[in-house]
Amino acid sequence: MQTSTTSHTNTAGSAKFIIGGLLIVAAVVYLIISSTRASAQYFLTVDELVAKGETVLGRDLRISGAVIGDSIQYDPQTLTLKFTIVAIPGDNKEIEKLGGLAAVLNAAVNDPSRERLEVIYTGPKPDLLRNEAQAIITGQMGSDGVFQADELLLKCPTRYEEAVPDQTG
Amino acid sequence: MLANLGFGALFVTFLISLYGIGAAVYGARKNRPAWIESARLSMLLTFPLITISAFSLIYLLVNRHFEYEFVFSVTSNSMPLFLRATALWGGQAGSLVFWSWLLSAFTSAVTLRKWERDREFLPWVIVVSLVTLAFFLILVIFFENPFARIWSLPNGTAKVTMFQPLNAVLFVPPDGQGLNPLLRHPGMIVHPPMLYLGFVSFVIPFAFAIAALITGRTDDRWIRITRRWTLVAWLFLSLGLLLGGRWAYDVLGWGGYWGWDPVEISAFMPWLTGTAFLHSVMIQEKRGMLKRWNMVLIILTYCLVIFGTFLTRSGVLSSVHAFAQSAIGPLFFAFIGLTFLASLTLLIQRWDDLKSETQMTSLLSREALFLLNNLLFMGILVVCFWGVIFPLISELFTGQQVTVGPPFYERATAPLFAGLLLLMGIAPLSAWGHSTWKTIGHAMWKPALVSPIIPLVFFSLGMRSIPALIGFWLASLVACITLYEFWRGALARHQRAGESLPVAFWRLMGRNRRRYGGYIIHLGVVLMSFGIIGIELFQTETQGTIPQGGQIQLGDYTLTFKSLAIFDKEDGRNVARAVIDVERNGKYLGELYPRRDYYVESQQPMTIPGVRSTWEDDLYVLLVDWQPVSTAGATFKVYHNPLVNFLWLGGLVFILGTLVAAWPEREREFVPKPATRDTYVGSQA
Repeated sequence: MQTSTTSHTNTAGSAKFIIGGLLIVAAVVYLIISSTRASAQYFLTVDELVAKGETVLGRDLRISGAVIGDSIQYDPQTLTLKFTIVAIPGDNKEIEKLGGLAAVLNAAVNDPSRERLEVIYTGPKPDLLRNEAQAIITGQMGSDGVFQADELLLKCPTRYEEAVPDQTG
Repeated sequence: MLANLGFGALFVTFLISLYGIGAAVYGARKNRPAWIESARLSMLLTFPLITISAFSLIYLLVNRHFEYEFVFSVTSNSMPLFLRATALWGGQAGSLVFWSWLLSAFTSAVTLRKWERDREFLPWVIVVSLVTLAFFLILVIFFENPFARIWSLPNGTAKVTMFQPLNAVLFVPPDGQGLNPLLRHPGMIVHPPMLYLGFVSFVIPFAFAIAALITGRTDDRWIRITRRWTLVAWLFLSLGLLLGGRWAYDVLGWGGYWGWDPVEISAFMPWLTGTAFLHSVMIQEKRGMLKRWNMVLIILTYCLVIFGTFLTRSGVLSSVHAFAQSAIGPLFFAFIGLTFLASLTLLIQRWDDLKSETQMTSLLSREALFLLNNLLFMGILVVCFWGVIFPLISELFTGQQVTVGPPFYERATAPLFAGLLLLMGIAPLSAWGHSTWKTIGHAMWKPALVSPIIPLVFFSLGMRSIPALIGFWLASLVACITLYEFWRGALARHQRAGESLPVAFWRLMGRNRRRYGGYIIHLGVVLMSFGIIGIELFQTETQGTIPQGGQIQLGDYTLTFKSLAIFDKEDGRNVARAVIDVERNGKYLGELYPRRDYYVESQQPMTIPGVRSTWEDDLYVLLVDWQPVSTAGATFKVYHNPLVNFLWLGGLVFILGTLVAAWPEREREFVPKPATRDTYVGSQA
């Protein structure tokens, strides 16, 4: 950003700007690295979580799975929410290949052979929590094999295909 | 048929755009004004054509033509008229049409300006605008067509396509799926259009920047022409972000007013570069410095606008805002990559023309502090960008997706925001060219002496949080200095011209709208930071299940559950509504009505809080659950959000300041600065 007329005072002048700039860059880099370390969450599928076993105990994790509607239990007295999710592929491309998110969620919920994970959460029951919703859950794995969720993010795919058979048939 | 008309109009617009690009390039290269005029007319034609298309789509939406997949997916019989019409931007295909529509409106408006002085820019502004438009039209026409219909094939399956497949019959569902209930909110009318307006209007300064690079007219003319456009773009983007925050606050489940969701961040990133740009162009205008940097900023802003649209539309990242994923992701990626590389190539070619005219000498000069402000904005941008792409990077290198959540952003950006606040206080007091601590201290000591009052008051009220006290002090320092600047300016006029103080104050603002508009914006930021510190650091919450007549206590507040009613609404909602009495320290304050609407057809509930708002705090009550026999009890979650309304008030002041800064004034006569005349004339050839 400096012009290239290099007298002695100019180089001294630009040196302090360069040092100042480098200090700020260093501060930003430090903030990014330390904050990344402090709040990194590993994004796993239910399969990967089961495979990792005890190595992930106490780590911050993000797990994606399909919600089984019948498993949802809610105790409004204690605001304790329990439900079970089923493994779905974590990769978007793979989901597309299998016919889209709605199809993948449907297949997962109806396949008893897949890995499942029990989840416990305290708080209001999210409006979008229902059968065949995709849950993205943040929290830690408990030593009892139940996932302690801090945060729930839910997505319900909407597809016209679901409606077609009802209405034509 | 209307859909064919709409689709046809889009296709014709696409062809016209291609023609316009060709005509503009040819006209500019061969110096044929007739061709450039023809390109300008083609650009003007895009707006009415896309208007036809958009209105056809709105017609289909409003009249419930569920045989169109897009209409089926975003509307239903029970949705009111305004929601059916605004469902235009409720899904991917429609929102791309909407984007193109706004873009053609803005770029057409630009071609109507007086071009006498800036003839050489015109063809290249047209090229950049039309290339952007053509890209979005490709997406709509070939990948995300909102006019595609649902067909039943002879083999019993369904297919969605524009044209009738062999032996297929049109399938007309009796009702649509309807918009996601979370989107059935008045926010849906204003938030997306504001954001989109902000996005598309940043295309204009970018187009002029590219035109300046291509023509070699690299003085600050392009900046002066687009100053108001940039402010307008920034105004809309700010409004979009604020309205989004307010909407999220009003609707449960979207995590407060700001959740560091990737899509929120992707709208925030062009705002960051845009804000840095708004500041640093002043240095170029006043001092002829940072020319290259301004080019970099506007190129980045443009790319981030497209990147933001890409993130929302591609399904690359999981987010509450994301639509279903689609094939258009790679196209976006390619387009961003190409425009970025092409812009950088142009910039490098003009690198030597964009040399600074003066040198920065003093670390405390206005320009140095503005540069520092730019660095901090870029720091926040890098933090945001890193957070958004970190899952992709980590997967690429380790095969393991690692994400970072809100704590990452809060921790990494808080010191940078604090630094910006401090600069907001000091920079307006520094002088161009050269400043020392002595001159700044002289201007600053009085307001600086007053500024600890607010944190001291909070301290005496029992506040012991160090970050909060520092934050409040910084904010009040900015407020004191800014108000003092207003006072000094008005006082000077009062003494010099004998104007009464209010008149002096008014004229002061009128004479230098940009400066004082900027100060008002700073005051808005101060108010917003009060609100943000309040809710982020002092929010408390409780929850409980209580029988009818039972009570919940939170701080000084006592909530009494009086009754619960469950009833059906004619628009297909089943509503459960509780009545709560609120008392504070024994004093009755009024009733709140938290409720839960259940949308029967989409089987989705929506929670609407009961909120009691004062300047001091918000009491925010959610009805979480209730027993079948409603007298048996209900569960509530209660939040206490101190100072949060200063966030919204600050937002209003912020927008007001932007309006003051952007208010049209007569354009001054064009007098090229002596230093720039040579480069400008010399590079004409």
